[in-house]
Amino acid sequence: MSTRSLHAAGLATRRAPGPGGLNTTVLGLEVRRLLRNRRTVIFAVISPVAFFLLFGLNKAYATEPAGHGNVSAFIMISMALYGAVLATTSGGAMVSIERAAGWSRQLRLTPLSPAAYISIKMVTALVLGLASVVAVFAVAMLTGKASMPGYLWIVTGLCVWIGSLVFAAFGLFMGYLLPTENVMQFLGFGLMLFAFGGGLFIPLSQYPHALQTVAEFTPLYGLNQLVHAPLLGGSVHLMWVANAVAWLAIFASGATWRFRKDTVRV
Amino acid sequence: MTDLLPDDHKAAAGDLPPAIELLGVHKSFGSVEAVKGIDLSVLSGEIVALLGPNGAGKTSAIDVILGLSQPTSGQVSVYGMRPRQAISRGLVSAVMQTGGLLKDLTVAETARYTASLFFHSEPVAQVLDRAGIAAIANRRVGKCSGGEQQRLRFAMALLSDPELLILDEPTTGMDVEGRRSFWAAIRHDAEQGRTVLFATHYLEEADAYADRIILLRHGQVVADGTAAEVKALAAGRTVRATLASADQAALRAIPGADGMEVRGETVLIHASDSDAVARYLLTATAARDLEITTRGLEDAFIALTSDGNDGNGNHTGAPR
Repeated sequence: MSTRSLHAAGLATRRAPGPGGLNTTVLGLEVRRLLRNRRTVIFAVISPVAFFLLFGLNKAYATEPAGHGNVSAFIMISMALYGAVLATTSGGAMVSIERAAGWSRQLRLTPLSPAAYISIKMVTALVLGLASVVAVFAVAMLTGKASMPGYLWIVTGLCVWIGSLVFAAFGLFMGYLLPTENVMQFLGFGLMLFAFGGGLFIPLSQYPHALQTVAEFTPLYGLNQLVHAPLLGGSVHLMWVANAVAWLAIFASGATWRFRKDTVRV
Repeated sequence: MTDLLPDDHKAAAGDLPPAIELLGVHKSFGSVEAVKGIDLSVLSGEIVALLGPNGAGKTSAIDVILGLSQPTSGQVSVYGMRPRQAISRGLVSAVMQTGGLLKDLTVAETARYTASLFFHSEPVAQVLDRAGIAAIANRRVGKCSGGEQQRLRFAMALLSDPELLILDEPTTGMDVEGRRSFWAAIRHDAEQGRTVLFATHYLEEADAYADRIILLRHGQVVADGTAAEVKALAAGRTVRATLASADQAALRAIPGADGMEVRGETVLIHASDSDAVARYLLTATAARDLEITTRGLEDAFIALTSDGNDGNGNHTGAPR
């Protein structure tokens, strides 16, 4: 062991890492952590698959036509979206647990920049979201019931996956807002309500008129309409885009606001 | 701020900026002033104890040095840089009291995670070995004992091979044996030339492991020197006298007086030079019934740092 001798040259050779400390080792470990959490995996991957098997194969309507495909494919997309938003919300909400454990504070003693930390959380959330979409689509394909043109599997899958990013922002916002280790229990319930509001489980046309009007302003409404648009083939309403963009803006600015407060305080 | 450093790479250690420099640092939380103007400078290679009771402002001061909180006023620099810059370069790291670990990662994963964030880091296996936790590398953090978790925090702090290591009450909750071996590891590490600043409220810890002790009380530095100097200061004598309507400002100004307490007509002056205080009281004031006592080291330390020190005096004293 050599005795260190600090001199100015030694100081000058010290460097800060690349993009705020972002690296693949950390991403790999974060994904591993997320997959290690059995509850999250059941929640975000197993439950949407189970819902598809429950609702998407009913002989009464599954093979009825729906746009370029059939009703089973329509339900598959709804469940993939449900799973993906559960996944990305869980991923984002991990900041709540990490704040409670003092891990975010510990990370501030490393070169990891706050922006890089948020990026890691987003990417991790999206990896779990992708697992969720792939699981639902794969099971649906194996059952042989869901049917739509090959390119729509890809296009729709991507739409669902990218759209779920809105809820990574939601998860982050809630993760910073709610300082609890059980944040996902609240969020799971909230997402269930959003899913009903967005028409993921029951078509909105079956709701009373007043309730329909309210539902069109809930956070999953626009996203749900948009991800089904390629299958149904109709025109894209500006209202859907406005809904999705508005909620993304709300969640992202909420997350930014809480995050700024947090970095000042912790 | 690296432009402060000479380019020729020939600078002697004397040209180095101080490891830590605080100038007039204040830190308030709402109406509570945790740090009330601290000036201090820690040079490269020093092992310094920040000694004081709970609530003296040790953790607040450390948070400011680490850039975890912004001072309300004053300046902080670490190796001539802003704290955040020094941390980004792996120049400074810290072992905090509690928390800061993820239960669902293993010991080795936690270290790998941390190591990957730095531009330069030591091999993980080697650092785990130095911290004495190589044998539990694959254990989940949630299943580690308090002492093992503390060793992991220590390992995480060593990964970037920092020039300055800061420890905030690192042995809280450890048993005597754990405490001893932890300090042995720190001591061994410091012998390689690392600068160490640790906070503690144990006088004996500061005495045994630090070259220099900075005594904090109510957010201010009340003593700063070698262990022997601070002990001498804390171990001074108490001069007790009866004196009606004492002029507190004048008494405080007596050379050799370190602290004062007024209880009704009784004046208690803690003094490193009790002779000078006694001479002053007897010649320049109407004080009578003089009594000079020596206190035990521990008592003296408590007196020097406890809340009762000037509290009573200010309340009963004449309004200024």
